[in-house]
Amino acid sequence: MIETRGLRKSFVSRQGRDKKTVEAVRGVDLTVAEGEIFGFLGPNGAGKTTTLRMLATLIVPDDGTATIAGADLRADPGEVRRRIGYVAQGGSTWDDSTAREELVLQSRLYGASKSDALARAERVLEGFQLTEYADRKCKTYSGGQRRRVDIALGIIHEPRVVFLDEPTTGLDPQSRAHMWDEIRRLRAEGMTVFITTHYLDEADALCDRISIMDNGEIVASGTPAELKREISGDVVRVGLPVDAVQPAAQALTSYKLETYEDNVRLYVEDGAVAIPQILRALDAAGVPLGTVELHRPSLDDVFLTKTGRSLRES
Amino acid sequence: MKLLHDTSLIFNRQMQLLLRNPVWILVGVFQPVMYLLLFAPLLKPALQVPTNAEAYEIFVPGLLVLLAIFGGLFQGFGLIAELRAGVIERSRVTPVSRLALLLGRSLRDVVSLIAQAVIITLLALVFDLRVFVPNLLLAYLMLALISLMTSAVSYGVALVVKSEDALAPLMNTVAQPVLLLSGILLPLTYAPGWLQGVADWNPFSWAVNGTRALFRGDLGSPDVWQGLLIMAVLAVLAVGWAAREFARSVR
Repeated sequence: MIETRGLRKSFVSRQGRDKKTVEAVRGVDLTVAEGEIFGFLGPNGAGKTTTLRMLATLIVPDDGTATIAGADLRADPGEVRRRIGYVAQGGSTWDDSTAREELVLQSRLYGASKSDALARAERVLEGFQLTEYADRKCKTYSGGQRRRVDIALGIIHEPRVVFLDEPTTGLDPQSRAHMWDEIRRLRAEGMTVFITTHYLDEADALCDRISIMDNGEIVASGTPAELKREISGDVVRVGLPVDAVQPAAQALTSYKLETYEDNVRLYVEDGAVAIPQILRALDAAGVPLGTVELHRPSLDDVFLTKTGRSLRES
Repeated sequence: MKLLHDTSLIFNRQMQLLLRNPVWILVGVFQPVMYLLLFAPLLKPALQVPTNAEAYEIFVPGLLVLLAIFGGLFQGFGLIAELRAGVIERSRVTPVSRLALLLGRSLRDVVSLIAQAVIITLLALVFDLRVFVPNLLLAYLMLALISLMTSAVSYGVALVVKSEDALAPLMNTVAQPVLLLSGILLPLTYAPGWLQGVADWNPFSWAVNGTRALFRGDLGSPDVWQGLLIMAVLAVLAVGWAAREFARSVR
């Protein structure tokens, strides 16, 4: 459904007299299958939005090719526009318009007749449980309602692919869960959904397949389960008093390790073998112990091994 | 056909939003009405013309051109608000004509300007201004062209600078000399030779002369067709440039 090869984009940023070229996206190859929820996971500034905006015809790639829903991005962006939907991160509704007005207009911009547009608006309002607020001004909506209107605007023309840029950023946990259900519903209706996110749990719970992006490049791709399996070994999490984190890190320098506010995580071949050694080393250094847990790697651990940084920190 | 269809969609939406808050049309005429009431009475003695009607024949056309220039140049602020709300980006992912995105908005500005011009003309009638209707309609055409041009320029600049903080000083810097060099407040016949020479290079001074000729009833004056032609050419150029800015990828 989406196929890209060597997609590139750099921007020139100016600071005073100095011109600096920032390579935002450096050669992205992607394959997204029909009917899946595909996730782009990465920290802010990784190049996710730039890639998405290229695919949505909003910016022209410097190099590379892409085919989206059968249309060629470089040769026929107009056809791509007809086949895709795009929902930007920052919202897309006007304060003084109502959801229904926005939906009807959007549908007509895609070429629907007036009566068809009204019927479509009615249908998506119902689908997104917005009928009750449909004729109120957008400025009166809650964050979650407004985001649902954004998504409804992005799919009103029944595109084959819809791009959602950070669809749950800024939502409270309940609205977030609600949004996940909506996104799954789109997949159930046969749409291919491409989302970007910097939430690990979202990528894990929602996406059929993900690509991890860092610094303009894709560093790993696969199903969440595959990616986690790729990391051989275990994660040992040692809970500590806050002031013992630094001493513990110093005592364990021979391990691949990550420090957090009240714990350290160690990446080891075999947890059962490593735990006694870890405990001994901490004991020898006189570090007071809290708890010890052994668990399978998470997507954050995948990110850490691929990039050398934790996603939580970046 | 598609252009017409898309333009009417955008225009209708913009009109709908404008009519939801029609007070903005009145806010827009407040300043010119103040000029009309508080500044214009000085003109009869200052211009040394025999009647009020003659003073208004000179002043009202200038005031209307002023309104068209300023009203247009500041439309970009609304567009920046739309950019920020994501409305423009939402339109740009659809197959809608890029020219229509501009024209729909600029035509809304033209309509609201003409509404303001009508209000001011009616008020000026109270002060003994008299003008033939066909001439008046031609004058309104001139105003429409000016407003189409200045609003397109303002939208284009807004798309380039993307911030109110940059747009405001930029538009003021442009508008100030344009205003003074077009003989809007006082005719440039009083100006020293060098100033008249400079003003000849200001297209708006041609527009003002043309509009004044129309209000004078001097339909045959070359000022009329020259002003209309210059404004039409500039309006086409401005619209073409601004539409390209709508089509261009914005970061």
